Amino acid sequence: MKIEDVPQDLKYFKNTIIRDVTYAVDDKGNYRSVLSDGWSVKNDALDVTLDDINEECESIRQRVLAGETSPLEYHAAKNFMGIDLLSDYTGISKRTIRKHFDPNVFSTLDEKTLNRYADVLRISIDELTSIPE
Amino acid sequence: MELEFEHKPAAHCENGVIANMLRFYGFELSEPMIFGLASGLFFSHMPFVKMAGMAVTSFRTFPGVLFSRVSKVLGFKIKTRRYLNEEKAIADMDKILLSGTPVGCVVGMYYLPYMPLEYRFHFNGHNICIVGKDEQTGNYQVSDPNAVEKVYISKRDLMKVRFAKGGTYPLFGQMYWVESVPEKLPDLDSLVRKAIKKNCWLMTSQPKWLPYFGVNGIYCLSRRIRNWEDTMGPRKAALNLAQVIRMLEEIGTGGAGFRYMYGAFLQEAARVTGVEELNAFSVRITKIGDLWREFAYKAARVFKKRQGEQYTYEELSEILGRIAVLEENFYKELKRVV
Repeated sequence: MKIEDVPQDLKYFKNTIIRDVTYAVDDKGNYRSVLSDGWSVKNDALDVTLDDINEECESIRQRVLAGETSPLEYHAAKNFMGIDLLSDYTGISKRTIRKHFDPNVFSTLDEKTLNRYADVLRISIDELTSIPE
Repeated sequence: MELEFEHKPAAHCENGVIANMLRFYGFELSEPMIFGLASGLFFSHMPFVKMAGMAVTSFRTFPGVLFSRVSKVLGFKIKTRRYLNEEKAIADMDKILLSGTPVGCVVGMYYLPYMPLEYRFHFNGHNICIVGKDEQTGNYQVSDPNAVEKVYISKRDLMKVRFAKGGTYPLFGQMYWVESVPEKLPDLDSLVRKAIKKNCWLMTSQPKWLPYFGVNGIYCLSRRIRNWEDTMGPRKAALNLAQVIRMLEEIGTGGAGFRYMYGAFLQEAARVTGVEELNAFSVRITKIGDLWREFAYKAARVFKKRQGEQYTYEELSEILGRIAVLEENFYKELKRVV
């Protein structure tokens, strides 16, 4: 790859200090390291994965609206967390977490438990107990 | 307190941390040189190891291997520790840091506060180097090879990333530091020759009945990818393909990136050893890298269709087949000139 062909497709690195380093050859054929803002192909691959997660979140959201599950399941999925990981990070057993997916049980949770979830999912308690419109 | 640590971004986190650390001790080696000395080029496609339910494809050796190989060939003494107690892991790190030693840490990406949100996947194999501590706030100064400058991270976040959870690969606060350095670097000429031989061996020595590693792995992926759409259905196949591309290109590393890096290494190797032919091999691996990029580009068009462009899994399989043949010949011939 030539230096001028190094892609500079800024998307997800915007407003961050993260950049790619690529090795490319100059006109004389010597390798140099070049900073890159990203590549559209990579961004597309990430999009496909994110779209898949968003679709899943949307179907969970519909089930929350129908009263079949609690917002906890939605926020977990939104944060790429399955029930296993959520259990690992919160220290709450999987069995108990499954119970908390029941909206009736979820609404009775005390602040301490909610805090544990909110902390791991990096959101406030208000956000945790609601879902976006 | 802050160490006199020059931070340079790198294509790959592990190489980057090693290069920055060695520079701190006065040994200037480029990232490609370190990658080459560690014989880091590899390929594996493992349908039996799953990440997020999909087969793992990797374009490099396993995490941690680069570090141990490089320190071994260059004669550095490295100490590695893992912990069960989070407080102790931080306290020990403080002690080593205060003695004026930069400390490398293996961390999870997920809770790294300076990463773009979309990149915060549960990937527990990132390397960063702790190079200072702000006494007032208690924040740590971090040299992350993916970042263009040094960053700060709070003690709480650092604990979280060092003890990242995850079913298959949880972290136990793994950290490493340089215990002693050699007086001067050993003779690079023979080391480079040996490293190249070893890398060729790593890529081509596998018997045919072990199809997942080295060049065999590329053939294996080429055979499997052809049937993905039939066996998994279009949606799942697209997701799997996106996974391969993300492994191929994530954070600047990956298939093409590593091939280019090896090209840069071969150029340096030609200077060090005086073997002129290596320059020609550098050009060849660059072409192979370009072909990997073509594969990535066409794959992206398969899972994200644009008007007027129709590529199929069959075509992708065919490109991989071509790459496999080119790489196989490349390593077999490269072995003979060193």
